[in-house]
Amino acid sequence: MTTVPETLPAPRPVGLLLRRPRSTTGLWSWFTTVDHKKIGILYGGVALVFFVVAGVEALLIRLQLAAPNGTVLTAAQYNTMFTMHGTTMVFLVGMPLAAAFGNYFIPLMIGARDVAFPRLNMFGFWVFFLGGLFLYSSFFLGGAPDGGWFGYTPLTSAPLNQGFLPGRGPDFWAVGLIMLGIGSVTAAVNFIVTILNMRAPGMTLMRMPLFVWMMLVVAFLTAFAMPPVTAALLMVIFDRNFGTLFFDAASGGDPLLYQHLFWLFGHPEVYILILPGMGIISEILPVFSRKPLFGYAVVVFSGIAIGFLGWGVWAHHMFTTGLGPVAVAAFGLSTMLIAVPTGVKIFNWLGTVWGGSLRLATPMLFALGFIAMFTLGGLSGVTHSIVPADTQQTDTYYVVAHFHYVLFGGLVFAIFGGLYYWWPKVFGRMLDERLGKLNFWLMLIGFNLTFFPMHVLGLQGMPRRTYRYAEGMGWDTLNLWVTVGSFVIAASVLVFLVNVIRTAMRGEPAGPDPWDGRTLEWSTASPPPEYNFAAIPRVEARDDFWHRKYTEDAEGRLVPLPAGGADAATATTAGAPPTAGEDGHGNGGHGIHMPSPSYFPLVMALGLPVLGYAAVFKSPWLAVPGLLLLLYGMYAWAIEPATAED
Amino acid sequence: MTDAALTAPAAVEEHEHTGTGLANTKLGMWVFLASECLFFGAFISAYLLYRGRVVEGPTPRDVYNIPFTSVTSFILLMSSLTMVLALAAIQRDDGRRFRVWILATALFGLVFIGGQVYEFTEFYREGLALSTNVFGSSFFVLTGLHGAHVTAGIVWLLSLWAMNTTGKLGAADAEKVEVAGLYWHFVDVVWIVIFTVVYLIPTG
Repeated sequence: MTTVPETLPAPRPVGLLLRRPRSTTGLWSWFTTVDHKKIGILYGGVALVFFVVAGVEALLIRLQLAAPNGTVLTAAQYNTMFTMHGTTMVFLVGMPLAAAFGNYFIPLMIGARDVAFPRLNMFGFWVFFLGGLFLYSSFFLGGAPDGGWFGYTPLTSAPLNQGFLPGRGPDFWAVGLIMLGIGSVTAAVNFIVTILNMRAPGMTLMRMPLFVWMMLVVAFLTAFAMPPVTAALLMVIFDRNFGTLFFDAASGGDPLLYQHLFWLFGHPEVYILILPGMGIISEILPVFSRKPLFGYAVVVFSGIAIGFLGWGVWAHHMFTTGLGPVAVAAFGLSTMLIAVPTGVKIFNWLGTVWGGSLRLATPMLFALGFIAMFTLGGLSGVTHSIVPADTQQTDTYYVVAHFHYVLFGGLVFAIFGGLYYWWPKVFGRMLDERLGKLNFWLMLIGFNLTFFPMHVLGLQGMPRRTYRYAEGMGWDTLNLWVTVGSFVIAASVLVFLVNVIRTAMRGEPAGPDPWDGRTLEWSTASPPPEYNFAAIPRVEARDDFWHRKYTEDAEGRLVPLPAGGADAATATTAGAPPTAGEDGHGNGGHGIHMPSPSYFPLVMALGLPVLGYAAVFKSPWLAVPGLLLLLYGMYAWAIEPATAED
Repeated sequence: MTDAALTAPAAVEEHEHTGTGLANTKLGMWVFLASECLFFGAFISAYLLYRGRVVEGPTPRDVYNIPFTSVTSFILLMSSLTMVLALAAIQRDDGRRFRVWILATALFGLVFIGGQVYEFTEFYREGLALSTNVFGSSFFVLTGLHGAHVTAGIVWLLSLWAMNTTGKLGAADAEKVEVAGLYWHFVDVVWIVIFTVVYLIPTG
């Protein structure tokens, strides 16, 4: 982190118009905080709200499809619902939830006090939050997005009132996604620099917790996957608003260019969503099996291999577009190939659990659920590499079943596992185990009831993105099951929310290390102090905290170390404030120099939606205040030192 | 980079703690620039895909003025040299020379942008607009976005100049200049690719 050299005069806050925020507590502090833990909580809270919104959209879809000739939604409303459900789940739930865990736990796991760019971190959050509000404001301002989460051209690129989509939906969608992309790339840059640069002494790359490794791969994928889609979306905006002909076939433009650029983002995006989940369960399984992760290095390199191979499979989303036999064969083969490192990981997780002394607490149940459900999703994914079969399955419910097994059975199960696992660390209280198990079983049953029949429906030819079906197609019973299942999932989420409220009111205090954890975040208090660690830990082994607590006797049995464990943990954090040598000002009065809160990430981020509205409504007048906010935020941010002088 | 390490001891102390030995801001900028490669790559791909697909209106051969663009390209590349000199000056704490070189860099950038404005106007007069054909669409959007990057760079350079004149940027802040320099060199390198691929490789 750059600190301001002593020789420079302290900048006058008056010159920046806004006085520097001082408070690190209270409601207002959440708007100005640069603490990675608070930002992590903000990401998580906002993403869970969007999760509920997307869930309601899914339930409306299912009500519409519960019986033939549904009348709950009109065709146009149905288009809006599946578009916004997909867009929300990918950009406003999946990615930010990974960012939430990453923000909160990467610094704690690598023994750092904060991320590399605390204010950029805050900026990334605000861009995500305001981008989400911007997308949803479209419902009130001239039409919500209705061209699918993939937004294929020329459907989306035809100018306003000249195409098949009546409203401004595609504009809101394209501008909103560019905005969210900016937020994701800033977060990715921040994670990469944090992980590569801020590790505690001794925390070599091959000692890092698996979750950190997976987040590193995800950050690289995000940094390289967002630009192609940003370019594609800019082309859509130009085609719609400024008369360019990128996707106009009559003028020599090529709508398939859009699909290539979109899936060049879209497929790595699948791994951006699933790798954090893989990281989370790779943390949970060893703790609840009381064994180290089986084949750590292999899991790491499989994750990296997935990160590379993920760039070579995008055209399997386009097998029916007439790419030609060579391209189709090549992408079919690469699709089979990427199943290999994924399969390797599954065996490593099984190897971790095998022979362990298992504790079937809620996080472990979700992690085991992840392995089973994700494997099913992976298997149906491999069937897509068989091109003739894929040609038959494209745009049917078989595909919907497949990616929900991967993203819900995979990612969402891992997220819930992570929530139960780390909740005590973040809030200092245990989530209720009985409700947690109810949560898990309801979700597992509801999930399979919802998505398993979709395989059959898809093979029977039921097309996706179609707002109703006729009687007598043989789809009636299964669709009713699916709808019932979706409400069971909703019930399981409701149980989770009840659990959260119950825990907030009378949850059991957790203590620093409730699960007998292996990684550094369990060595500090729950919730951790603002500075994370009173003394920066020195890392001597993989699973360092575990080795501080246990050793092995001659027969390989675990023997607790007398001075280790939770006692040592509380001693480091609750004990004496850090030693002299660090200057005595900064936040918290603990003698640790933490970055100070700031308004300017928020101010700068506020400029983006204003510019977004200017783009959607083609209003140069609105662009002026947007640009001013952006520039003011940027300059004030640049001039303001990272840490306030007091 | 080794020069920077020798002449900026304050900054070195800072970086020894980082895992890669690179300052956070510098590593962050490298990642961002890597990301930008794919952004420009997408637009260059679009331009290449649409080569020879003009249905009506001017083609590249009708409008390009290679000698003129060569001159402005040369000026933009020379700005990378002045950028290096500006960085060397601030590392020596030579404020006067820093201001000269940073202003020269910004000025060269401005000349390039002026050339682009002139070029766009000429092309438009010859009947090539965004909406004329796929060549117009892909050419103007690609080079226009590059021009926007150069413009942002100019604003950045002028801000550094202003900070130095008001005493807010000294030798200890050489890293800020270096990061801006990374961006500026990147924008130049992208232009080398664009100039070669878009202008010099002949098309029908």
